[in-house]
Amino acid sequence: MSNVLEVTGLSITFATPRGNLRAVNDATITLEQGESIGVVGESGSGKTVLSRAIMGLLPGTATRTGSIKYMGNEISELPEKELRELWGTGMAMIFQDPMTTLNPVRRIGTQLTESLTVRLKLSKKEAHEQAIELLRRVRIADPEGMMRKFPYQLSGGMRQRIMIAIAVSCKPELLFADEPTTALDVTVQAQVLELLSELRKEFNMAMILVTHDLGVVAGHTDKIAVMYAGDVVEMAPTRELFNNMKMPYTEALLKSIPRLDTPTGTRLPVIEGRLPDPTKNEPGCPFADRCPYVADKCRAEKPPLKDTGNGHLYRCWFPIGGEK
Amino acid sequence: MAGSGKAHMRPDGDRILVVDDLTVEFNLGRGKVVKAVSGISLDLIRGETLAIVGESGCGKSTLGKAILQLPKPTSGSVNFLSKELTSMNKHDLREMRPAMQMIFQDPISSLDPRLPVSEVLAEPLRVWNRGNEVEINEKIDELLRAANLDPAVVRDRRSYEFSGGQCQRISIARALALDPTMIICDEPVSALDVSVQAQILNLLQDMKDRYGLTLIFISHDLAVVKAVSTRVMVMYLGKVCEVAPPDDVYLRTRHHYTKALVGSVPIPDPDRKISAGLMQGEPPSTIDPPSGCRFRTRCPAATEQCVNEEPQLREVAVGHFVACHHPLED
Repeated sequence: MSNVLEVTGLSITFATPRGNLRAVNDATITLEQGESIGVVGESGSGKTVLSRAIMGLLPGTATRTGSIKYMGNEISELPEKELRELWGTGMAMIFQDPMTTLNPVRRIGTQLTESLTVRLKLSKKEAHEQAIELLRRVRIADPEGMMRKFPYQLSGGMRQRIMIAIAVSCKPELLFADEPTTALDVTVQAQVLELLSELRKEFNMAMILVTHDLGVVAGHTDKIAVMYAGDVVEMAPTRELFNNMKMPYTEALLKSIPRLDTPTGTRLPVIEGRLPDPTKNEPGCPFADRCPYVADKCRAEKPPLKDTGNGHLYRCWFPIGGEK
Repeated sequence: MAGSGKAHMRPDGDRILVVDDLTVEFNLGRGKVVKAVSGISLDLIRGETLAIVGESGCGKSTLGKAILQLPKPTSGSVNFLSKELTSMNKHDLREMRPAMQMIFQDPISSLDPRLPVSEVLAEPLRVWNRGNEVEINEKIDELLRAANLDPAVVRDRRSYEFSGGQCQRISIARALALDPTMIICDEPVSALDVSVQAQILNLLQDMKDRYGLTLIFISHDLAVVKAVSTRVMVMYLGKVCEVAPPDDVYLRTRHHYTKALVGSVPIPDPDRKISAGLMQGEPPSTIDPPSGCRFRTRCPAATEQCVNEEPQLREVAVGHFVACHHPLED
């Protein structure tokens, strides 16, 4: 079994007072052992909902169709009690905000050894030793001292390292990182991303890295899925995506990143407008109103997901580099 | 780095702000003192955008607030429009406030959730008696339009109905309401998506041209600063490392710390990994900072001299200043 994760035709809708909000439409993603995928999109594109749905962390207002297979077993219908058995040892998650995801009134040591004693059934002493080893692994200078600290005594970067140590403590097969570096400084971001890549190779974990910044995923993933308004609009191996981009949206997202080599005083290219209302189901391509290459066909009919054959999928009538 | 010195000051320019040897310290009790800003000097020429860049904890936000006397600095002088702010009494200082405004990092929490947008913008205008209700209303519409918002749509809404990017536009409109001379922008885009960041950066640039503003732009991201600034000041642990035009900062980096910052910017290119290896660990404590150069504990080029002697800012090229005993070669 080489596929850790197979998501097929996953759709998620939320019941809201304004009608059904379509958060994810018909997403299909597979992930092999040790492979990493970057899920990229703006706020509201459905990227976080997608990863939470796979984890089984959706609120009660959500309805879901489609299949989620973990190591070949269907998990989308599992009751929470059985799903819990997978958390930690099978799938683990790192959240965006390291300030609020740690328990503020418990020591780091207690939080770190909890999963080790509960999941791996280690004795207290073994768990303590293992925890020290983990802290050393995420490059905490004084692991013994760290075990006795409380979260408020740590910087954002330190807390995110602790979160990573907790997430990988039971050697999961699949690691979710939901905007793990968005709350951090660029220098600390670089360190945390490098640490994640190292750990992934060491433990042969598959990883889903959710972010709004194409720059973050460029050097740290095997493939990338770009999401827009709930649709996966382009998916390709990382190098193929950057070298042979098909979707106008991906291009626009890439161009809007402030770069060090843009001349001073120039205007940054922006994506005008906003995401369409997710409670309305308009015909046509959801990006049509903001797309620089829009044509009549785009407003009339929604483009299907096309496969170029080499693992590159896109959802556009008039792809970049194609015939117009 | 992390030196002092005044070589980068420009006494001949049309300066609206001169900060001299500014120090901000916070007393923690039991003899512990946080040295957030240690002897920083800077000046601001009318119409320029000075970017202040550094990691969390380097004192860049404290510096920005100390310039506005929020709170008053521990020592040093802040001279704004030829008036000394540090020695002013409360009343006189208040009279200066309309000319110096601030835009904060978190756009949602910096707006009152109970006030409709029209009230958020009307409040400063009423407090300062800028016209009757009709004139104030016209001014509000003008400000909203300038910030690319449709007054008819947004006037009666409250902040929770808006996205982060829209809230930041409203904050910018509010900062402009009293026709300020200088605006201090404290990480105005770091809470926003990349696609929205570009919109806000362009808007700030437009506003600057339209209203003849002078900006101080505080950020941890050199790439963000690159597009909007005319001069960049890199800070580390309460001191200045390097002052230069934005192109020089990354094309002709002379300071080891700046090099690490440049190397940390995520580049959207799968063949160019960002190099975290340039700098490891966390900045030392500001309660007990290292002697000599404050960057020496993480610097690859540190020597005995760096332990004993604090580097001073000196000019290494025209308009390019560095505080380092062993600067990088051009």
